[in-house]
Amino acid sequence: MSKLLEVKDLAISFNTFSGEVQAVRGVSFDVAKGETLAIVGESGSGKSVTTKSLMRLLPTPQSVIKRGQILFEGEDLVNKTDKEMQKIRGKDISMIFQDPMTSLNPTMKIGNQIMEGLIKHQNMSRSEARPKAAELLKQVGIPHAEKRLHQYPHQFSGGMRQRVVIAMALACNPKLLIADEPTTALDVTIQAQILELMKDVQKETGSSIIFITHDLGVVANIADRVAVMYAGKIVEIGTTEEIFYNPQHPYTWGLLGSMPTLDDTDEHLMSIPGSPPDMLNPPKGDAFAPRNSYALKIDTELEPPMFKVSDTHYAATWLLHENAPKVEPPAEVKRRMAGFSKTGEFLKGEEGEDQ
Amino acid sequence: MTVEKLLEVKDLKRHFNIGGKATVKAIDGVTFDIYKGETFGLVGESGCGKSTTGRTIIGLYDATDGEVLFKGEDVHGKKSAAEKMKFNRKMQMIFQDPSSSLNSRMTVMDIIAEGIDIHNLAENKEARKKRVEELLETVGLNKEHATRFPHEFSGGQRQRIGIARALAVEPEFIIADEPISALDVSIQAQVVNLLKQLQDEFGLTYLFIAHDLSMVKYLSDRIGVMYFGNMVELADSHELYKNPIHPYTKSLLSAIPLPDPEYERNRQRVEYDPSIHDPNEEQQFREIKPGHWVRCSETEFEQYKKDLNLN
Repeated sequence: MSKLLEVKDLAISFNTFSGEVQAVRGVSFDVAKGETLAIVGESGSGKSVTTKSLMRLLPTPQSVIKRGQILFEGEDLVNKTDKEMQKIRGKDISMIFQDPMTSLNPTMKIGNQIMEGLIKHQNMSRSEARPKAAELLKQVGIPHAEKRLHQYPHQFSGGMRQRVVIAMALACNPKLLIADEPTTALDVTIQAQILELMKDVQKETGSSIIFITHDLGVVANIADRVAVMYAGKIVEIGTTEEIFYNPQHPYTWGLLGSMPTLDDTDEHLMSIPGSPPDMLNPPKGDAFAPRNSYALKIDTELEPPMFKVSDTHYAATWLLHENAPKVEPPAEVKRRMAGFSKTGEFLKGEEGEDQ
Repeated sequence: MTVEKLLEVKDLKRHFNIGGKATVKAIDGVTFDIYKGETFGLVGESGCGKSTTGRTIIGLYDATDGEVLFKGEDVHGKKSAAEKMKFNRKMQMIFQDPSSSLNSRMTVMDIIAEGIDIHNLAENKEARKKRVEELLETVGLNKEHATRFPHEFSGGQRQRIGIARALAVEPEFIIADEPISALDVSIQAQVVNLLKQLQDEFGLTYLFIAHDLSMVKYLSDRIGVMYFGNMVELADSHELYKNPIHPYTKSLLSAIPLPDPEYERNRQRVEYDPSIHDPNEEQQFREIKPGHWVRCSETEFEQYKKDLNLN
């Protein structure tokens, strides 16, 4: 597969009154055509800042891209002017935000909002754009599309609004779709519908998706590859199977261990002690070391590089160094790794019965 | 477990007037009991009335109809101020958003001690301070935190302050309304473990309201599923996840995202279509087997029973 997007050693800082906040500290990843990359991490880990920078949506002059490249189809987006970016935004790269109510204009009819991109990027006239907008609404599963075009956002439910936002994002057949926690504000049943919709749309259009979330269940559903971010860095990246069935980084262990499973064991939930570091003064060495019960002495001195686990799987932890003591993941995580498929069967069985 | 009923909710209704003659029936006749020492989970999608139920029980909303009995005593209706005070000490609430439920102009000390002051639980200033410091340590914070303001804390820490405030008056029953939804994954587990630990330590009873079904399953002994102002199913948590009967429960369970790629790829989602119920038959809450209740009509009841016996 060819690479659509390559991010190389990207570093972004915010200048605030109290000093420089290093939100992203050297992130590298790539996205192939037609693939879905999920970025997971807790708030403040830099996942939203990274993706916003791909569209150059960060406020200037407060934010500064300190170094690095964002290569989109071989062109570096870092050096583009505002005018050049306007041609890319909404056309080649588009974005879906967490809260559909704040990303829609409450005073504009849905139809006009969807048509905006078509008129701007595809030089359509209003009369050409209108049927296309109705078609998009149908594509995302909104019934009575022609009638709905004339309604305002407040006349839609939360799930329907998110569908409208997706329709807007898809209007110009973008090559890359960035979804920033698109389902976090929605109910589980609606969430499942939206995820299915996004997968269907991807199958149809072949676009790539970067999916930001903190819900590992959602990641397992939608992603081909997963990048785990912590304190402005990617600490582990690999295919979905590698991250869920063979995680290497203690932070990934912690994330997996803190999700409850549905089986009958009454085990204690693993929790990651403490809270994320203050990015005003990022700690020396491995940023996760203070919360990591597996931390080695070297973790407080020197930042671990990315160690290769397989061709597609890398993790930044000294535990993978050849001189490091061999450490097994905690029992809870191991049980989960083995037990996950079992949980699945248990539920699958249930569903089989009611048919 | 002892089967002493701590809280009895009987046919509780709460309707909201939304202008003119229109009303929203946020809760429309909900009945359940909560036993002493257990965690009762309440799940459902947004707008199903689960938060309204919690708020009506504690008296933040007046009930339109129905009864709430706490240890056999009616907690609503006309009461003297002294009786209300007595009741308020026994029941406390933890809210979803810790940043909007803590007064940003009060120090942590004053926030936590507010209940202590109102109920005159501290003899003097020294005792008050000692009690607050004790509470802070119980929820995993330091006593140095007492002089700070809420904005100086992270989300997880703020939720701990909210929990300390609830514990300050030594309640028996705590209503937790989505206490972890606003928190990060790594912090959620911390707070959930803290709630469990406090329950063991102080013998608390919880009403845990959430939409995160896997967390509810983890925490709760029994679970009630709500749909559009009605309770549609109530059962022991293992039982509910193993033998869901109501089609809405099934659809809700099939939508839970699980951190397992293989399962997720083969997932079969069940959609709930409310029109399968015959509108001519009256829907009632019926006990299908001991402790397992389902809202259904007479015909559905027979059908569900048959299905259960077949299994």
